[in-house]
Amino acid sequence: MSVAFARKRRISITPYLFILPHLIFFAVFVGYPFFSGLYISFFQYDYLRPEATVFVGLQNYLDLFHAGSVKFIEFWNSVRVTVTFVIWSVPFLVLIPLGLAVLLNSKLKGMKFFRAVFFSPWVLSCAVISLIWWWIFQSQGGLLNYYLKLWGFDTPRWLSTMPYAMISIVVATVWWTMGYNMVIFLAALQDIPTDLYEAAEVDGANAWQRFTRITLPLLQPVLVFIIITTIIASFNLLGQPMMMTRGAPAQPTGGGATEPVMLRIFTEGFVRPFQGSAAAMSVVVALMMMAFSFVNFRLFRQRD
Amino acid sequence: MTLKTTRRPVSGYRVQEFVNRAMIYLTLSLVTLIVVIPLVWMFSTSFKLKSQLFTKEIYWIPKQITLENYEKILNNPSTPIGRWFMNSLFVASVTTVLKLVIDSLAGYAYARMDFPGRKQIFGLLIATLFLPGVMFLVPNFVTVAKLGMLNKFSGVIIPALASVFGVYFMRQFFESLPKELEEAAEIDGANRLQIFFQIALPLSKPALATLAVIEFLASWNDFLWALLVLKDRAVQTLQPGLRTLQGAYTSEYGLMMAGAVIVAVPVLVLYIFLQRFIVQSVATTGLKG
Repeated sequence: MSVAFARKRRISITPYLFILPHLIFFAVFVGYPFFSGLYISFFQYDYLRPEATVFVGLQNYLDLFHAGSVKFIEFWNSVRVTVTFVIWSVPFLVLIPLGLAVLLNSKLKGMKFFRAVFFSPWVLSCAVISLIWWWIFQSQGGLLNYYLKLWGFDTPRWLSTMPYAMISIVVATVWWTMGYNMVIFLAALQDIPTDLYEAAEVDGANAWQRFTRITLPLLQPVLVFIIITTIIASFNLLGQPMMMTRGAPAQPTGGGATEPVMLRIFTEGFVRPFQGSAAAMSVVVALMMMAFSFVNFRLFRQRD
Repeated sequence: MTLKTTRRPVSGYRVQEFVNRAMIYLTLSLVTLIVVIPLVWMFSTSFKLKSQLFTKEIYWIPKQITLENYEKILNNPSTPIGRWFMNSLFVASVTTVLKLVIDSLAGYAYARMDFPGRKQIFGLLIATLFLPGVMFLVPNFVTVAKLGMLNKFSGVIIPALASVFGVYFMRQFFESLPKELEEAAEIDGANRLQIFFQIALPLSKPALATLAVIEFLASWNDFLWALLVLKDRAVQTLQPGLRTLQGAYTSEYGLMMAGAVIVAVPVLVLYIFLQRFIVQSVATTGLKG
């Protein structure tokens, strides 16, 4: 008793030694950049020539909101491309995994095998899957156009014309990541007690009714979670357009038809020497994403 | 329960059931095909001569199986893929080991120790999980450049250690452990360090294994950060290396698919052996994190 009391009064440094190693890295690479990112965005900054740094105030931001300027067009084009990708990809990335999870939840033989196969592309890297699909979509020697031609369909130039370039990226992305959402859906489905279904069956509910009246309502929290995380993940699109289309085709007004914001920021800050401007873009994009998350959080909360 | 089922004609019910099952298996087989075909195509192309890539008819099994593509990329000094492989292995292994040590220490403290500021600091860590990653790209790159870590493995390993996920993951695990063993050790006079290393850590092998697999995969597959920091070809890792490969050869798809195979095979093998384990950990951490 007295021992415990004595220890409570004196603040031990042991716990701090336990958390310190992580906290140091956290401070340098999460805490500090939270502020330094904002700071850099007020400068014309090139990491290769730090001596040439010029304070420009809000200029990097004004450029992004100065209608008609090249930066304005390129940036907002990339925002539009990103939103387009989100709208095109998220429904497939939610509905296909949901459908597959429902099928896999049927308790038939071999479902573990199918689950393992459907999930497998997810362990591959973005570079690998982009390279594979880039080759499949090629006009010369590409697998897809070979079969399309064989069966008498049109053979579009997938990677360089719209809307095919965007479709290519969506297809590659769905193929790559559908297993992830599927596994989460499946885990949630398996948590639903089977006697609910049995009771409904006894009452004469058909499969569709059981799905809409039991599965969907019980799945709702997971469904909302998946939709939000998938939207955020799709917002971070980068590797697939970087390696499959390089942002092509060019838009008549400026920017690329498959150039999302992450690729724009990459080009601005790491291909061109404009880290200040790239930092400003990052801040604007981060604010948009945070606003989106906040709105969702509020909507989600009110429902509960 | 028996009432309703017996009312239906039994044979009709059986037929319906059979058709349902057949439809399910048919759909699943079709999806299997869609999932597998690109991978088969990758392997197939990697064993083809360039002259066989653009033929009128496609051969899934190459007419003449060749290892030329592999020999070529392994021996080309401008795309040293063997070296990139070792770089990737080194970076992913070191990152994983360091993360396990750092994150289990921190996770244990947040779960089990009582100290002023614990709630506040942990709350702060969790809050940053909701921040978009894009915010950190430019400033962290500038930090890494200033610290002289560009083109060094430390430039990819050290920033990765700041991640909060592992700390959160380990804390959740330690909180789920029963306290009795640790309390018994404390009564026996063991200090915090002994309790952690001799009691808590041996109990957390499954959690550590899960975290190790997740972190190794994440590090091995990391594309963007490695692309930014490791620019020199000698220090590149495999993922940005594939992009270099893509730029170095034009329409040599056999070579590029050989490269993709070299990058994909280690994780595919890992997946085949740890499939259940990986899927399970995604199912649980995905829902929580």
